[in-house]
Amino acid sequence: MTALVIAEHDNASIKVATLNTVTAAAACGGDVHILVAGHHAAAAAAAAAQIAGVAKVIHVDSESLAHALAENLAAEVLAIAAHYSHILFPATAAGKNVAPRVAAKLDVAQISDITQVASPDTFERPIYAGNAMATVQSSDSIKVITVRTTGFDAAASSGGAATVETPAAQADSGKSSFKGSEIAKNDRPELTAAKIIVSGGRALGSAEKFNEVMTPLADKLGAAIGASRAAVDAGYAANDLQVGQTGKIVAPQLYIACGISGAIQHLAGMKDSKVIVAINKDPEAPIFSVADFGLEADLFTAVPELVRSL
Amino acid sequence: MKILVPVKRVVDYNVKVRVKSDGTGVDIANVKMSMNPFDEIAIEEAVRLREKGVATEVIAVSCGVTQCQETLRTAMAIGADRGILVETPADVDLQPLAVAKLLKALIDKEQPGLIILGKQAIDDDCNQTGQMLAALADLPQATYASKIEVADGRASVTREIDGGLEILSISLPAVVTTDLRLNEPRYVTLPNIMKAKKKQLDTFKPEDLGVDITPRIKTLKVAEPAKRSAGIKVPDVAALVDKLKNVAKVI
Repeated sequence: MTALVIAEHDNASIKVATLNTVTAAAACGGDVHILVAGHHAAAAAAAAAQIAGVAKVIHVDSESLAHALAENLAAEVLAIAAHYSHILFPATAAGKNVAPRVAAKLDVAQISDITQVASPDTFERPIYAGNAMATVQSSDSIKVITVRTTGFDAAASSGGAATVETPAAQADSGKSSFKGSEIAKNDRPELTAAKIIVSGGRALGSAEKFNEVMTPLADKLGAAIGASRAAVDAGYAANDLQVGQTGKIVAPQLYIACGISGAIQHLAGMKDSKVIVAINKDPEAPIFSVADFGLEADLFTAVPELVRSL
Repeated sequence: MKILVPVKRVVDYNVKVRVKSDGTGVDIANVKMSMNPFDEIAIEEAVRLREKGVATEVIAVSCGVTQCQETLRTAMAIGADRGILVETPADVDLQPLAVAKLLKALIDKEQPGLIILGKQAIDDDCNQTGQMLAALADLPQATYASKIEVADGRASVTREIDGGLEILSISLPAVVTTDLRLNEPRYVTLPNIMKAKKKQLDTFKPEDLGVDITPRIKTLKVAEPAKRSAGIKVPDVAALVDKLKNVAKVI
């Protein structure tokens, strides 16, 4: 019984979500292998070989794999899938894009967003925006899984000594091509890996205010910035900052919600945070029901004051 | 070009579901059901493409119990030209792989140039059906779309990914799944609801399409999530900073 983890990487380094996925893979009971499919990704493959508990790295390199196109990446997984009992992807935008494609080609079900491995064929996963936890059992010979990264600790990124194999890549599907991207560049920690997150809601009122109020707080705490769906839909914050059921699922040490009312869809994305602070002037806001520390105040005065007091 | 839009009937997004006391599932008897919000965005996008002259016909499809007809009527009130119901027994847990197989059979029948569907359903939160359908039909996919442009047999799709946006060019036919920022669905008007009642709605059974819908995953138990214990209110910023530093010790 061997589990295959599909690494998320930027060709130069391995993303943290991969480390959480390795922990979930190890919990499935057998050896753990990692597939690093990319272009000029030798550095990422070398980093994968260092991850504690990984026995083998399969490094496939080709120009057609530079942008993790679903068609091409799925083909690489399918080429080696028969050797594995479990195939695990991080439940990130990239992982969720490819995993069902692999499952369907193998004619097996996919188990989404697992938060716990109960046994090699039984897993726990949230449904209905985390308002219920389902324990599900798969009858398929290969389990294709996406792993909710907040459910598993990260494996150590060093201490391993895996062998690295470099098989030839599959042919480009030719049906899909990468045309460009707009990736926001900043020095902040990644939202899903941050220890502290400061998150803003619709009460910020505009993109300018969002930036003006939230950025100094994030800078002071070395925090990542998140946002509610309302703030993203209104254009106050970028789409990839959305925390919630259908956005990012986060569980930092500290989550500070500013001007966020706390719709169930938002709570679904952050209620596993260790400590939650809510700053809101509405005493009835549902966010207070999950907050460890609630401050009933106008965020436009409270947040700058908080920045000065830190 | 035809556009096929699969839509799912789900518990309304405003309903807070309750777990049944016997742990077999959530209680959905007598709760409000609606179209999955991401599928509403999919229908809206397809109708806009027809209104722009890119598409000639929008076909809404739903797989599930008889009542999914209501979801299809809503889709037709938004502007879909006709509907197809693949009716499945109420006691069968219909899972994404089975739905993808049913939809693949309908693609073979209808030969659409584009299939647009929601990125995930807000009940099972699976985020699988679109990608599975693309795989089974050997079509390219563009998930989490925030913009779709169709020209010269290809679609240029802007996707919401971790870290920002990405633009893909995919050959048609293709499968696109919608994210929240793609559009804002129109309100359905009473005249359009009346019109929708007269539109064509065909019904098939899985057997008619030669598809086995036996579930592959068994739900052993459904439980309430761990509750957070209620916290405290602090009077001012100074008290908040004190708690974070000395009680929670997180800063």
